[in-house]
Amino acid sequence: SSHKGALLSPPRPRGHLGTKRKALSATRRGLPKEKMSENGIMSRAKVLTIDTMNPTVKKVEYAVRGPIVQRAVELERELSEGMKKPFAEVIKANIGDAHAMGQQPITFFRQVLALCSYPELLSDSTFPEDAKSRACRILQSCGGNSMGAYSASQGIDSVRQDVARYIERRDGGVACDPDNIYLTTGASDGIVTMLKLLVCGEGTTRTGVMIPIPQYPLYSAALAELGAVQIDYFLNEEKCWSLDITELQRAVNEARQYCNPRALCIINPGNPTGQVQSRQCIEDVIRFAAKERLFLMADEVYQDNVYAEGCQFHSFKKVLFEMGPEYAETVELASFHSTSKCYMGECGFRGGYMEIINMDDEVKDQLTKLLSVRLCPPVPGQALMDLVVNPPQPGEPSYGSFIKERTATLSALAEKAKLTEQVLNTVQGISCNPVQGAMYSFPRITIPEKAVKEATEKGQQPDMFYCMKMLEETGICLVPGSGFGQKDGTYHFRMTILPPTDKLKILLNKVKEFHQRFTQQYS
Amino acid sequence: LKSQRLNGISHRGRVLTLDSMNPNVKRVEYAVRGPIVQRAVQIEKELKEGVKKPFTEVIKANIGDAHAMGQKPITFFRQVLALCSYPALLEDSKFPEDAKKRAQRILEACGGHSIGAYSTSQGIECIRQDVARYIEKRDGGIPSNPDNIYLSTGASDAIVTILKLLVCGEGRDRTGVMISIPQYPLYSAALADLGAVQINYYLDEDNCWSLNITELRRALNAAREHCNPRVLCIINPGNPTGQVQSRQCIEDVIRFAKEEHLFLMADEVYQDNVYAEGCQFHSFKKVLFEMGPEYSNTVEMASFHSTSKCYMGECGFRGGYMEVINLDPEVKAQLIKLVSVRLCPPVPGQALLDLVVNPPQPDEPSYATFMKERTAVLSTLAEKARLTEQIFNTVPGITCNPVQGAMYTFPGITLPQKAIDKAKELGLVPDMFYCMRLLEEDGICLVPGSGFGQREGTYHFRMTILPPTDKLKVVLQKIREFHLRFTQEFS
Repeated sequence: SSHKGALLSPPRPRGHLGTKRKALSATRRGLPKEKMSENGIMSRAKVLTIDTMNPTVKKVEYAVRGPIVQRAVELERELSEGMKKPFAEVIKANIGDAHAMGQQPITFFRQVLALCSYPELLSDSTFPEDAKSRACRILQSCGGNSMGAYSASQGIDSVRQDVARYIERRDGGVACDPDNIYLTTGASDGIVTMLKLLVCGEGTTRTGVMIPIPQYPLYSAALAELGAVQIDYFLNEEKCWSLDITELQRAVNEARQYCNPRALCIINPGNPTGQVQSRQCIEDVIRFAAKERLFLMADEVYQDNVYAEGCQFHSFKKVLFEMGPEYAETVELASFHSTSKCYMGECGFRGGYMEIINMDDEVKDQLTKLLSVRLCPPVPGQALMDLVVNPPQPGEPSYGSFIKERTATLSALAEKAKLTEQVLNTVQGISCNPVQGAMYSFPRITIPEKAVKEATEKGQQPDMFYCMKMLEETGICLVPGSGFGQKDGTYHFRMTILPPTDKLKILLNKVKEFHQRFTQQYS
Repeated sequence: LKSQRLNGISHRGRVLTLDSMNPNVKRVEYAVRGPIVQRAVQIEKELKEGVKKPFTEVIKANIGDAHAMGQKPITFFRQVLALCSYPALLEDSKFPEDAKKRAQRILEACGGHSIGAYSTSQGIECIRQDVARYIEKRDGGIPSNPDNIYLSTGASDAIVTILKLLVCGEGRDRTGVMISIPQYPLYSAALADLGAVQINYYLDEDNCWSLNITELRRALNAAREHCNPRVLCIINPGNPTGQVQSRQCIEDVIRFAKEEHLFLMADEVYQDNVYAEGCQFHSFKKVLFEMGPEYSNTVEMASFHSTSKCYMGECGFRGGYMEVINLDPEVKAQLIKLVSVRLCPPVPGQALLDLVVNPPQPDEPSYATFMKERTAVLSTLAEKARLTEQIFNTVPGITCNPVQGAMYTFPGITLPQKAIDKAKELGLVPDMFYCMRLLEEDGICLVPGSGFGQREGTYHFRMTILPPTDKLKVVLQKIREFHLRFTQEFS
């Protein structure tokens, strides 16, 4: 029992022992020295200060909600208080939040969620039969037939079965075992959990984790917090952000000198870069992971967000199995999905899952145990995930509207992806790779030497300096490339393609004008 | 690299094994969903497959999950949640006006007026304001600053976050955290995961699980020899013990924390679950401020609340908040940065919390129904608390302290020496052996006291008081019979 310490009774307090303890000095007892402040009043340092807090937490950064966003929120406040600005609103193009930018939820999903929340509505004739039958099925799997009950820590059984069936359909019949499915609080939760399991060792045996540069900064944040070693591999900007095995090899070889590389993370479709990896590339990565004995983590939350002609989403699971048993039975893989992106955009529900392939059984038990401490993922998010993997089928009453809404959202995104690339590439000093998928553009910007100098003097990254200026002058909030990582001497920003098309056009124009102004100012 | 060829296919050692995984994770235990529950689930499966058992159903009295045990949600809350999920229902005349108003207010505070948008990482602003107002009303007017409110994914999330901030140092300087024995094993699990030092202070079973400052002092002094004690955690009303601390006790704890320079963590998720006459919930925040500026300006504290317990029982929504007092501003900035990585707590849970802190008022249409439902739930729990204590105390060998609050009973059980020996033979902790037997013979799933901590040589189990009264009576009867049988068998 882990409570061995707790099982031992404490020694009965004895008079003289107690006195002895009291005689210990304040320092010996670990108490801080009293401080005399300016006005002669004694004060004590707090228990929890920047110097006495968890040092790994201090190393954590998350640019997507970092300093530039805090400034944007401040500006919004100032605007609402009536302060005059060169713009009427702040546009938060920093975060992949579709609904916040006006995208509408899928009607069917929200109907089912309403029915699950308030089952009285099951007798309401305004709800279609297929929504009611989905709701009934979900409720029957909940304790006391209520979404308010905890679920099993791995997630509601019938939902995991539906996820497994979805994966099988998606992957052309490649088998999926529901026992390998873990529902999570957004994909971030699953990713952090897996990284936590993987981290061990000290010094040169400390776990190293390979991540793409540029990356979605959840990865660097999690690695910082866990005290794992971050191993950067650079995506090839000249080749549409593709992944080169030679670069992977370079990164892992170098890393072996100072850590123990054990995991390889890949985001496909990519964030912030939007590239959709070719099937060949995915095969090569799997082969590389097998050869170098790396646990593969495939972040596939944008799997429905594929726009460019000639591009197609290939799941790592599918490719792995199509490579035959030599790989399918040995490579350890975790794939992640979420309800936050694709055509649903339901970020606030924190729904997600991971599929784990070839995990050691004893480690699986440890994983189940670890998840049990937090009880379960939010049940509304689990219910929503069930609908995402089990949407209306042809022949069902809601099918027509569902497909219409889904198609409208995805085609609008495809249009905006093209538009963004197009407009940004007309700007001298901005170079934008095709937005093949996901929800972002990550164009390269040329920053004049004078501006780089001024930024450096201010102690700011040059692209942060650029983005801050853009925010103050136009109200547009982007995230500087330095928040995601980039090759030395290059600068970028990440902008979402989510604002409604008309607004996006205006946005792109303002970015264009700003860039020209900025370049002029610092020429 | 080890490699074996089997059928011509290479079976190399896995990358991730028990030996090559995070060692802290291996030290984590969480008894509430531990081995006994896994066996209970197995038995349920067997029953379903038609295997004959001495019982027809497994009763999961291991976990504080009210809805799973048949408790009904508050109608008003679910109406508002439905309206938020599917705003087309705002046109539906079936919904009362006050529900629609609440829903509209929540939606207006959401990005794109949708609960599908991320919220700010600290939680929706108007909800934090409502939480602050709730705290002020609860605490007789003592001000609460919405900036000190952080919404969270259940209370567990916030508790782990604060513990994470506090852990630092190496060896003898490693952060030590004082926790009650018995405790809710989230605390021991989190400390194991974080590699912090667990410092046990024993509640006094002979005095209704009360907290003694002398015991706190003993634990702290002993701990200073091998770590750097910096935090004191208290659960009030208590889990698993159900004690509701007196106001005097709370003052003493605050005074102790100040003297010994400890960060106070007050887990108050059962604040509405108070049953015993003469008992009352006193929030740590309120008492702190009533002790005057010498304390209220200096003692660093975090209080936690949740939507999972009280009269709502909405565990699945993972709603919660913490109020932080006197947190260093630089640390606050670090806290905000840390929670931003996970974006935000689930918005449906935030919406639900808003309703909990801002329920129907006397002049509103839904008030009467709301009060009726709330009162029914709480009075039923109070009845079941009394019934449980009563019946257990009629069993020779079971001693049950009054269930003053929360949702559990944690009776002391006498185990015959022969049973203890048998348990040891089987490699089981004695109260696990007892509970496993109860599960196999009667289909009742409890959690052994060893999962929560107890004084050496004592044994307990934790049982929830949540099953419907009729079922609870049957469960209590069966446990009584089991205990007598067990005692007889091993006499």
